[in-house]
Amino acid sequence: MTIKISRRVMLLGSAGLAAGGLAAGRIAAPAIAQNAPIRLGGLTTLEGPFATGGQDAYRCIQMELERINHTVGGRKIEFVRESSNAQADVALARARKLVEQDNVDIILGPLSGAEGIALRDYSRTLSGKTIVNGSSGASDTTLRNPSPNFFRFSTDGTQWMAGLGRHVYQTLGIREVAVTAGDYAFPYAQVFGFNLEFCRLGGRATHYWAPLGTTDFTSQIAQINRSNAGAIVVVHGGTDGLAFMTQYAQAGGNKPLIGGSIMADQTMLSARGPHRRVMIGMISGGPIADVIDDPTWRDFVERYRKRWLNEGGFQSPSIHGVNYTTNLYGILHALKAVDGDLSNNQAAFQQALAKAEITAPTGATVKLDHNRQAISDIFLNRIEERQGNAQVVAFDRARAINQTLGMPEEQFLKLGAPSRDNPGCVA
Amino acid sequence: MDLAATIVLNGLTLAALYFIVASGFSLIFGLMRVVNMAHGAMYMVAGYVGYSVFEPLYDRGAWYAWYAGLGVGVAFAAAFGALVQKLLLGWMQGQELRQALVTIGLSIIVADQLLAVYGGTPRQFFAPDAIFGSTQVPGIGGYPTFRLVQIGIAVAVGLGLWLVLNRTKLGMMIRAGVDDRQMLGACGVNVPLVGVAVFSLGAALAGLGGVIGATAQPLAQGADGRFLLISLVVVIVGGMGSVTGTALGAVLIGLAEQIGQAMFPTYSVILTFVIMVAVLALRPQGMLGRA
Repeated sequence: MTIKISRRVMLLGSAGLAAGGLAAGRIAAPAIAQNAPIRLGGLTTLEGPFATGGQDAYRCIQMELERINHTVGGRKIEFVRESSNAQADVALARARKLVEQDNVDIILGPLSGAEGIALRDYSRTLSGKTIVNGSSGASDTTLRNPSPNFFRFSTDGTQWMAGLGRHVYQTLGIREVAVTAGDYAFPYAQVFGFNLEFCRLGGRATHYWAPLGTTDFTSQIAQINRSNAGAIVVVHGGTDGLAFMTQYAQAGGNKPLIGGSIMADQTMLSARGPHRRVMIGMISGGPIADVIDDPTWRDFVERYRKRWLNEGGFQSPSIHGVNYTTNLYGILHALKAVDGDLSNNQAAFQQALAKAEITAPTGATVKLDHNRQAISDIFLNRIEERQGNAQVVAFDRARAINQTLGMPEEQFLKLGAPSRDNPGCVA
Repeated sequence: MDLAATIVLNGLTLAALYFIVASGFSLIFGLMRVVNMAHGAMYMVAGYVGYSVFEPLYDRGAWYAWYAGLGVGVAFAAAFGALVQKLLLGWMQGQELRQALVTIGLSIIVADQLLAVYGGTPRQFFAPDAIFGSTQVPGIGGYPTFRLVQIGIAVAVGLGLWLVLNRTKLGMMIRAGVDDRQMLGACGVNVPLVGVAVFSLGAALAGLGGVIGATAQPLAQGADGRFLLISLVVVIVGGMGSVTGTALGAVLIGLAEQIGQAMFPTYSVILTFVIMVAVLALRPQGMLGRA
């Protein structure tokens, strides 16, 4: 036993010596350490209902990293790809793998709402590492109990609905809607954002929740078609959304459709099927559209098409691709500002992130609030048939929308966290 | 009232799909005692392979596009199943845990290969005009024709399986094999070959479910896990290895899912598992399973 202990002490001692030696080497030649590549871990969903969006996120990241030749602030960036399936526990396990086995410095991800909350909590246990959101859009990720090393340069699900409730009530004159939504964090945030405006103006909403991964909505559709609702607000995404729209079309549905932000997206519109017929004319809100009258966006779309159209890409980059890119821009901007210096537990880098002011691929200006959450532009969109393709066209743009939709933060927090029992219909 | 009728019909049509998929699973388990964890992968493979035949034909406007996709998908799944049994599972006969693990590994490999080849975009078959659109159902009104066809196919599958098992020589060998494999071998029957046939038939049923399912709902990555889980639940509830039990299990689960969705959507998933737990507690061999 004593031998074992002393051996251990010996080992520890020699490890310490080696570490000391390394540190000494570092002091002697700082340029070498500085030139070691920065390890950037990507986490997105290549499995499960959002596989398409995840794939597109990696397309956009790869394109932007290729553009800067994988170099920023004089240091190479090594990109490590990891995948989850939109479930929080899986995302957490893969994030751990990135940190513990792949030794990444920064994680860029995840894609889905509950995953974001799980990774925010995980980020708090890490020191000297930074997690920058990918495309996850639950509001509580940054609004309540934020973590000092979790940053989000993309807007959240509540922000994405800014202006939509008002448009439905005032411009379309619809007084009662049926809301069908996924039963998890991100749709809660979206429904909350919609209702906040719609119910305040006097509108009434009936909610139909379904767990993520539902692919047979026929009974729900039967109920909605028999209700008095003047329009349907559809806040599903991925295959769930496609299933809902297909079955709605098959059931001969003809109510006006209002879409959540991940419904009106190329991941939906590029799939073939009867859903495209009912989706023409759908109104939605979100951080991007296929057609935005902005030179930065046109340039981004052109580069995306040139790079990916022949390799399985969409006609126009998806919402997830753009969100990941926006967050990547935040990382690159901060790395440039500190010349790739991640020393001192990334303190300088994190400060630079918090202060970053960047331009998103859509041309929107992005800056962070005190919770490290983006304040940026939101578009009101309509799906139109253009040149034989269904496209999401922006017809209005609200600038610098913050996380509380302009409400004082204290008052907004008092409304409670969005949930299935608190969908934002407060008087 | 018509809402209730619609929901019940939705449940039955969904049950039809579940039955088609789960019957293959049950069949394989019944004879081979293999819990085929790659059953969902066979569903998905058939869907994607069928789709790659279907799409170009559909673009050219060929009326037989869907039938061709169906035929190729089912044939591919059958061949795939036969190969799996011949090359992988045959030589570890009787080692149930090992076989289950091998099939899990196989399903992971298959899912990743499908993602690499076909990408993440969801796909959906469009049924031929004859069975697309809607039909007037008394008491309900317009109802998607294809979902009614699903019931027809499920009934045909059920009857076909019953006839094969009870009225043919192959069926006789299968039933004998369930009771005593060694005795069957001693009677001069090539038991491994019967095994390949059964596995291939089970996989073909998964494939049939794959194409039918991908016509009723979008086909995307992750469908394998979903349908494997459904098959497991249906077969556990109905009774392992019993065709009638599988049908009963499918109807129960299908109805529970749809009624749950209409009445308490958040907890509809739980209802399914409550049924499973109740069956396991009261009748562990399944409702119509043999003790």
